[in-house]
Amino acid sequence: MDTNEHEHVIEVTDLRRVYGGGFEAVRGITFSVGRGEIFALLGTNGAGKTSTVELLEGLARPAGGRVRVLGHDPYEERGAVRPRTGVMLQEGGFPSELTVAETARMWAGCTSGARPEEEALALVGLTGRAGVRVKQLSGGERRRLDLALALLARPEVLFLDEPTTGLDAEGRRDTWELVRALSDAGTTVLLTTHYLEEAEDLADRLAILHEGRIAVTGTPGEVTARRPSRISFRLPAGYFLGDLPPLAELGVCGHEVDGSLVRLRTRELQRAATGLLVWAERARVELHGLDVRSASLEEAFLGIAREREVAA
Amino acid sequence: MSALVLAPAGRRLKALARAELTLLGRNRGALVTALLVPVALPFSVRPAVDRMDLKAQGLSVGTVMLTAAIGFSFLFAVYTSLVSAYVARREELVLKRLRTGELGDFEILSGTALPAVSVGLAQSLVLCVGCAVLLDAGTPRAPYLTVLGVLSGLVLCAALAALTATVTRTVESAQITALPLVFVSMLGSGMAIPTEVLPDRLASVCELLPLSPAIRLVRGGWTGQLSGYEVLGAVATTVAWTVLAVFAVRRWFRWEPRR
Repeated sequence: MDTNEHEHVIEVTDLRRVYGGGFEAVRGITFSVGRGEIFALLGTNGAGKTSTVELLEGLARPAGGRVRVLGHDPYEERGAVRPRTGVMLQEGGFPSELTVAETARMWAGCTSGARPEEEALALVGLTGRAGVRVKQLSGGERRRLDLALALLARPEVLFLDEPTTGLDAEGRRDTWELVRALSDAGTTVLLTTHYLEEAEDLADRLAILHEGRIAVTGTPGEVTARRPSRISFRLPAGYFLGDLPPLAELGVCGHEVDGSLVRLRTRELQRAATGLLVWAERARVELHGLDVRSASLEEAFLGIAREREVAA
Repeated sequence: MSALVLAPAGRRLKALARAELTLLGRNRGALVTALLVPVALPFSVRPAVDRMDLKAQGLSVGTVMLTAAIGFSFLFAVYTSLVSAYVARREELVLKRLRTGELGDFEILSGTALPAVSVGLAQSLVLCVGCAVLLDAGTPRAPYLTVLGVLSGLVLCAALAALTATVTRTVESAQITALPLVFVSMLGSGMAIPTEVLPDRLASVCELLPLSPAIRLVRGGWTGQLSGYEVLGAVATTVAWTVLAVFAVRRWFRWEPRR
């Protein structure tokens, strides 16, 4: 069990979750997260991110499949798992009439081996707000309080459900830095987000969920590498797609034409761009609004949503 | 081993109860209801009590008022106040958040209940002393029965509050969902009207109501008129209700709002 634990801190096998009304929110997903890794679950609203995380946190019993966190079932073996995990739910969960300090004190009293409350509040930059009631905090400050409490136990595994929603750009950067530092110190992090740059920036590996299934998983680089790059431009009047060199020769794998606007997709961006520009130079054609971009996570994300829609 | 297990549990309960007490202190409406109603209400039934023929039943104004006051303490300091507290914590997702931590489900519910139950206990003590001194209720003949009645009533009220919270969607609707037990108990459990003055058949049905045995034990401890058989019956009834409520809470309690 122990060696296994070091390899995979979180192991999820064919996990399913069905709600009371019969809605199947999680439809058989499998992945694992190693110690010290940052793993991101991405997906549109309703893709099953929170439903999945709640199963990993042990808040509900799966309808099927298996979850192991630190080698234990987080639902059945609550006592073995809870002292070693930190959780940040998607939404608050603190009495609005308590102050920040009172909330932290209460939570510290419920946590074995908790770090001092002041230290946890300092980590997220809330020291100056200790005497303020929770109801008077901004949305971003509430997220940071939530993170502080998740860190009180010095957890080995951290579950963060949309940790930066409601934060401004600076707060988001601060949170990313904190999460990265925790991960460097060996904390395993599982986070959900719908900010693509957050996953791209922060995650060692990620999975894109769609309708309760994993549509694609890998490192951010691997996930984007599977998507084609894009070139778009406008042809001047009198020129048509047929005037270009044969698209296959340019390494173009797909195209769309919308009036004078041309969109090309390619997996060999340099070859396609060079071919296109050399042709334009020789033919003395000016390509208006020329836009050349490599595949991004956003492209991958939108592509997956589109493909699924077409398939359905 | 048990000390090792109990020490952190005690620490967790204390932390949760302390926060809950702070919240109670900041909720003026709940505080007034919890502290004043049980003291004030008995006076409103006093004129009716004066007109009853109590001597024949071996009762006095003092003992009747005392049980009324303790009963109101059960209902208003503990039961209704806790229904609101459980619902408010659930709707603010506090219960769900607590379940992500080390607290067990039972600890969460009992830690939340601790301040209200303590208020109820302190109130009962003050009322006992107050009624004995001011209303000539005398001293209890079998104090252990009174203690047993107070404790079992408090525990059952907390369990029934959690049960009522399962069918209550908002803090506002708690004022309605808590009404049935409040009414039934006031009328049938010997709080506003001593069961002794009810017709026999009705009285024996009323004895089976959730809070009747606790009130009976409190009053019986004072008058010393309960037979061993009656004590056994009251204890069995209150245990049955408590087991039933705890079972229902374990089975149906909602830890997060309906979506």
